This record gives sequence, structure tokens and C-alpha cells, in this order.
Amino acid sequence: MNPVRELIITRHNEMVDPLLNIWGMEIAIYLFLGGMVAGMMIILGYFLFKGRHKELRCSCALLPGLSIILLSIGMLALFLDLEHKWYFWNMYLTFKPASPMSWGAWILLLVYPALLAAAFLRFPEPLRAAFPSINNVVVKFQGKQVFVRFIGILNMVLGAMLGIYTGVLLSSLGARPLWSSSLLGPLFLVSGLSTAAAFVHLIAKDPYERVLLAKADNGFLTVELFFIILFITGLLTSTEVHIESARLLLNGSYAPAFLVFVVCLGIVIPLFIQSLAVSRRIRHTPAAPIMVIAGGFILRLVIVYAGQASHWGRISLLK
Amino acid sequence: MARYGMVIDTKKCVGCMDCVVACKTENQVPEGFARDWIVYDTTGVYPTLTTEIRSERCNHCDNPPCVYCCPCGASHIHERGGVVLVHHEKCVGCKACMAACPYDARFVHPEGYVDKCTLCIHRVEKGMDPACVAVCPTHCMYFGDLEDANSMVRRLLNEQRSHVLLESAGTKPQIWYLY
Repeated sequence: MNPVRELIITRHNEMVDPLLNIWGMEIAIYLFLGGMVAGMMIILGYFLFKGRHKELRCSCALLPGLSIILLSIGMLALFLDLEHKWYFWNMYLTFKPASPMSWGAWILLLVYPALLAAAFLRFPEPLRAAFPSINNVVVKFQGKQVFVRFIGILNMVLGAMLGIYTGVLLSSLGARPLWSSSLLGPLFLVSGLSTAAAFVHLIAKDPYERVLLAKADNGFLTVELFFIILFITGLLTSTEVHIESARLLLNGSYAPAFLVFVVCLGIVIPLFIQSLAVSRRIRHTPAAPIMVIAGGFILRLVIVYAGQASHWGRISLLK
Repeated sequence: MARYGMVIDTKKCVGCMDCVVACKTENQVPEGFARDWIVYDTTGVYPTLTTEIRSERCNHCDNPPCVYCCPCGASHIHERGGVVLVHHEKCVGCKACMAACPYDARFVHPEGYVDKCTLCIHRVEKGMDPACVAVCPTHCMYFGDLEDANSMVRRLLNEQRSHVLLESAGTKPQIWYLY
């Protein structure tokens, strides 16, 4: 005879019962765009550090503006998710070192000036004639490599902080066994880098950059796959609730989305296609970067939803 | 320094839900939501099954993850008795505290802020018991200072077998169940 466990709860709070359902598409969009912008900032920072801002076709002309737009869309999604929206300014009246969300709020505030400083280095050509005094300052700073490098490093550091934060935000919530892994931070960072490399690969005008980013993306995808394996292994070798939460991704209700769309179509197949393109056996195709970007979004979606379905007390009852 | 907590005797609880009704009335909990609830927990191997009936609520943990993760200081530990509370006017409704709570004890109030059991601190400050304790017809619920060696709650915990919920989660709950 198997042991019996039956739990009847006379509670049906909205968004809590029968399964926690507090975060949905908005948070997945925010985590995805936040991660991708983090990756774009690191790539932008690297280009600035290497002095590529002087190149006419360098994507560092487009990246700051695109990053600001994408991050603003992500923050709009985050704002829409808030239940007490018009009190959002309370986040900026205090700093809570133990709260990753507090860290994130302040990091996001620092990201905008860093991106604006990078945009300043590539002041748009049509505006130069209209604002000669600004143009003079831009020209002055463009020539100072120390300043450009500082902006590059600043973007790389803030990008890394933003990318890691999107994962730590979830991993600090130990009540959800699927999220309670320190690997979520690095996993979301490297996933952000891979989606950013794919995105910049799509918009880059310079063939040198396209090849460079395809090669870099292959590296990021390989590391991402490695982190996913470690993440799952870590859960499978932990307590019963962690093993049950890993099963949500391996043979549970989230397994098809995770294994098919994230692992196969989001990582393995584009890695294979881009490896062939980099070794010049096939031409570069936008299919692979698009698959990487879609896979990065579905990764956030699956982790957000599956994490809420994992629970210390009830998961064994939900098999 | 007082440390408020509750002891609930599951051998006396009949699951009448008077505590739930009293809480909803006292705290004007909106329709469709509950700050406390009843759980029927049946375990064992057939035919030797046992059912524990529990009145559950926020556990006012000593190690409260909901307080640590709050980005704006809305979730906090009250200076009196270590009770975990939410400043409604500071809460942005980010719901991180709901994700951090392994007991799912919090909910979003229709007005937007996150709400939960307060151990009826407004009554306790006037020297009264929380509403749920005051109305219990079987007197299975006890409220008091766990730091006071002479309090009823401390004496019960010293004399009888007790457990807390999800001890392995490491939150150090302060609602104890006698069994």
C-alpha cells in the first residue's frame, strides 16, 4: 500500500490558488528585454573599448538608441504588472540591500545615463549642423580615447549587473524550488548575451561585425547549454521538492516548451546552423538569430511559469 | 522583548471556520479573499489514516523572506512582538513577497496593495486577543508572548508535542500546532 496524502484547503485567493499565478507575460517580457539590453550594453561597451565608434558602419551608432527603446518597453511591461501602479516611486525612496528588486530598480536608473553617454559619442549626423555647440563637445570627447574607454567599461559593467540581476531576481525567492538556484543569474546573463549577439547580428551593416557576432553567439549558446545542464543537474541532485521542480521541465507540463522551443529550436539547431555559416559551408541566414531570440524569450516564459508551479508544500500533490 | 506567536491545538480544532469569519469581519477582508483558512491534512497508509485539521494564516516568521525581498520596505517587522506587517501606502504591488512566501499566505487586495494576517495587532495593542482566537468555540487557539516562560503559549509548547509548517523551508514560523 502506498502512503496517502490528501490536502483540502478552504482558501481560494485570486492569483494564489490553486497555483501561484502572480507573474505572467509582462514579467517574461521584462526579463527578456532586460537580459537582451544587458547583452547589447556589453557588446556596445566592447566595441567602444576597442575604438570601433570611429567606424562609420559600426553598430555602436544604433545600439544605444535601440537599447533605450527596448529597455523602456520592458520597463513599461514591468509597470503594467504592478498592482499598486501609482505608488511605484516608493522604490526610489529607499534602498534595500537584501532585495534584488531594489538593486534592479537602482541599476535600471543608472543604465539610462550610461546608454545616453554612449549615444552622445555618436551624435546623429543630421543634428550636428543644427547644434554646432553640442557637436564641438562631441568631437572633443570622441578624440579622448580614455573617456571613450571609460564609457565602454561602464556599459559593460552595468550590462553585466543588469543581466545577472534578471536571474537573481528569481533565484532569491527560495520558496519556489525551481528558482532557488544560484545558476539562474549566470544563465540569464549568458542567455541575454546570446540573444543580444543574435539581434546585433541581424541589424549589423558591417560584414566583419556579423561574422564576429555569429562566432560570439556560438560561444554564448554553448555556455548557455552548459549552464542549463548544470542548472537541471543541480536541482536533480538536491532535495525532493527540487527534484520534483526539475521534473516540471524534463517530463512535466512545461517539458515540451522547454525541450523543444528552448533547448532544440532556441539553442542546439541555431548553434548548428551558425557553426556551418561561420565555417563558410553555408551562407549566413537570419533564421538562426531569430530562433535564438525566440528561444531566449521562451526560456524566460517557461522559467517564470514553471517556477510558480513549483512549491515546497504542494508539488508532490500536483504530479 | 516580546515575541508574539500562536499555538493551535489540532486535536481540538473541528474546522468550523469561525476563525475565518471572525477575521473577515474584524479586518473587513474583501469578498473572495481570506487572511486565514482551514486545512484538512490526511496522511497515512490505508486503512490507518489520520486527519489533522488546522487553522492556517501568515506564520509571522522569525526569518521572513517576504520582508527581505521587499524593494520598498512595505513588508516589515513590527517593533512590537516581531509581527510581520505590510505598509499599504508603501506597497507597489510587485508581488515579490507573495513569491517569496512558502505558505502562500499573502494576496493582492482589490485596492492594489498586498494584504495578509496582522495577528490583529490593533486589538493586541489594546490588550485583546486576535479576533480568530477570541471567537474559537473549542478554545483550540492560544495567543501570547513566546519569550515569556509563564505564558500559556510557552507552557503548552513545553508540555505537548508540536510542529510548525514547512520547517525545512527555514523561515522559523511562529505559529505552532499541537498534535
